Amino acid sequence: MDWLTEFPELGRRDMRDFRKGIDQGFKDFTRTYGEDIESFFEPLLQFLIWLEKLLLATPWPLFIAIVCVLAWFASRSLKIVIGSAISLFLIGFLGMWEDTMSTVSIIVVCTMLCIGLGLPIGILMSRSDRAQAIVTPILDVMQTIPSFVYLIPVVMLLGIGKVPGLIAVVIYAIPPMIRLTNLGIRLVDKEVLEAADAFGASPWQKLVQVQIPLALPNIFAGVNQTIMMSLAMVVIASMIGVTGLGQPVLKAISNQYLAMGLLNGLAIVALAIIFDRISQSYGKRLQSYRGGQGE
Amino acid sequence: MSNSETKIEIKHLYKIFGDDPDTMLQKVRDGVTKDELNDQYNHVLGLSDINLKMPAKGIQVVMGLSGSGKSTLIRHINRLIEPTTGEVWIDGENVLEMNDKTLREFRRNRASMVFQKFALLPHRTVMENTIYGLEIQGMGEKEAEKQAAYWIDRVGLAGYEENYPGQLSGGMQQRVGLARALATDADILLMDEAFSALDPLIRTDMQNILLDLQQELHKTIVFITHDLEEALRIGDQIAILRDGEVIQQGTPQQIVLRPKDDYIADFTKDINRGRVIQLKTIMKAPNDKAGPELSGEMLVEDAAQLVTESPLSQARVTNDAGNVIGVVGINDLIRAMARPDIESRLEEL
Ligand SMILES: Nc1ncnc2c1ncn2[C@@H]1O[C@H](COP(=O)(O)OP(=O)(O)OP(=O)(O)O)[C@@H](O)[C@H]1O
Ligand SMILES: [Mg+2]
Repeated sequence: MDWLTEFPELGRRDMRDFRKGIDQGFKDFTRTYGEDIESFFEPLLQFLIWLEKLLLATPWPLFIAIVCVLAWFASRSLKIVIGSAISLFLIGFLGMWEDTMSTVSIIVVCTMLCIGLGLPIGILMSRSDRAQAIVTPILDVMQTIPSFVYLIPVVMLLGIGKVPGLIAVVIYAIPPMIRLTNLGIRLVDKEVLEAADAFGASPWQKLVQVQIPLALPNIFAGVNQTIMMSLAMVVIASMIGVTGLGQPVLKAISNQYLAMGLLNGLAIVALAIIFDRISQSYGKRLQSYRGGQGE
Repeated sequence: MSNSETKIEIKHLYKIFGDDPDTMLQKVRDGVTKDELNDQYNHVLGLSDINLKMPAKGIQVVMGLSGSGKSTLIRHINRLIEPTTGEVWIDGENVLEMNDKTLREFRRNRASMVFQKFALLPHRTVMENTIYGLEIQGMGEKEAEKQAAYWIDRVGLAGYEENYPGQLSGGMQQRVGLARALATDADILLMDEAFSALDPLIRTDMQNILLDLQQELHKTIVFITHDLEEALRIGDQIAILRDGEVIQQGTPQQIVLRPKDDYIADFTKDINRGRVIQLKTIMKAPNDKAGPELSGEMLVEDAAQLVTESPLSQARVTNDAGNVIGVVGINDLIRAMARPDIESRLEEL
């Protein structure tokens, strides 16, 4: 009755060969295409570096002013504007300005990538049930797989640095953007779509004039979640060379520097709240026509 | 209106909802009923052998209870629904054979639609909604806004251009729906229970607006309703639908006075006949007594007061040329309104 208590495992030797096979295969792939892939991402790296330098070169009062103006236009709320200004000032005052600029630049680039990739994929999914059936499980995997696991192939392929970090963050943060774009478009009122058809709208006209505008609140919720998730990923991504607020946190963990870890952690929280309030209240303002008081 | 030219002609139109409509079509042609099709074959018979000629520049009403296939029928005219088989001829073209591009052009320029639940674009203002059809046509913004402003004014919404649909009452929203449909200048107007969602008073209002506009626009209107009063008031022609089949078509008077079966008779028995029957339908041979001269097309209800006030309690009925063709007395009017059995006199209808 051994076969009931002993699991019929693959033999130890077979198992080793199996793992080796995969590792070797991927290594060969890296050796052959690694450089091509790296040069493919080169413009992205340049842009990221350029943005980081720009932010660092910007005088701090100007940066705070710009954030305040953006906050005002997005939210029309004085509370949010003042809150943003104070937290940014405190961050700088406590010596975390440079790391914060690095983090902001990577979040900005990452969000742009997530929107640029996620929006078309979400639109595609909304238009075809087959595309949805294919993409949904992939998104499920992306969201549930421990992020350390997919850091491994990324690092093998691209080494340690900003770009692999960026890719890791995008993989982690893009699913809500795709899901909510798809959902938003699918939720658009069938009767309004029928009206568009009845007036002879082409598929493109329907998409641009009806579906995307009506899905915008959901799409914005997606953008908001994407930003939040990329901020959460910044600490993990710093393990593979992303500079910014994550690195001091990492250092604090390995050296048991409580204050340092706490401060940098709180700075990330502050950034998250600023981004969240601004993008959320903008999203709400997009729907003001629903409540009956149009802008 | 009944003998004017035909604008829309529907021939042998069938629509069966389900997985295998073509096989079911044969069964329906062999006499399987809607209920049998539903219970035994799990398909829904939407429309069954519809043949209809809709008059140009007239209002064709399609009436029937919920589920009788009204929405399905009107959606075949601009092909929002694909038929199982059949033809829809408009201006010598079969809509059901148009390719995608021709169909879009047809929808943009020749047939516009008003919906029961308005189906306005909630993120656009009244003005932006009204220019929607023009935008799709590719008209420049300036010209489109000018045109739209005219129609917004005509439906009585001047001053509301910058409001969002969510800020308007149902009646006002449907005015926007009407303005949007009229703005494209299409000569066919499809209205699927356009006024059914509105309160009775507002509904009468909207009917008046539509009838007033129609006096000058002379569009070909297909008007769906489940309300007989509305059908009789609006329609030049009425087709009555039941279980996907047309069971009677004719003018309002024909429907009320000569219901084809008990089902329709049951519908019509509570109707205010004075608002449907015309003097020429009930008049008697002329005599030489005096009385006011009234048009043969005047409704019994409208004539009642005038006749009551005339000394001999009778009126002389004239034709379009103004010649006296008959007389009606107060008793004739009362009898007509009181739904007696007057069928024997109506052979000439
Ligand atoms: N997409 C569909 N799939 C299956 N059955 C359908 C579909 N659309 C309509 N039907 C059925 O076809 C029949 C006619 O429906 P239709 O909507 O045309 O009725 P209607 O006269 O407009 O009713 P109402 O007054 O409720 O609007 C109904 O039995 C309905 O259930
Ligand atoms: Mg209907």
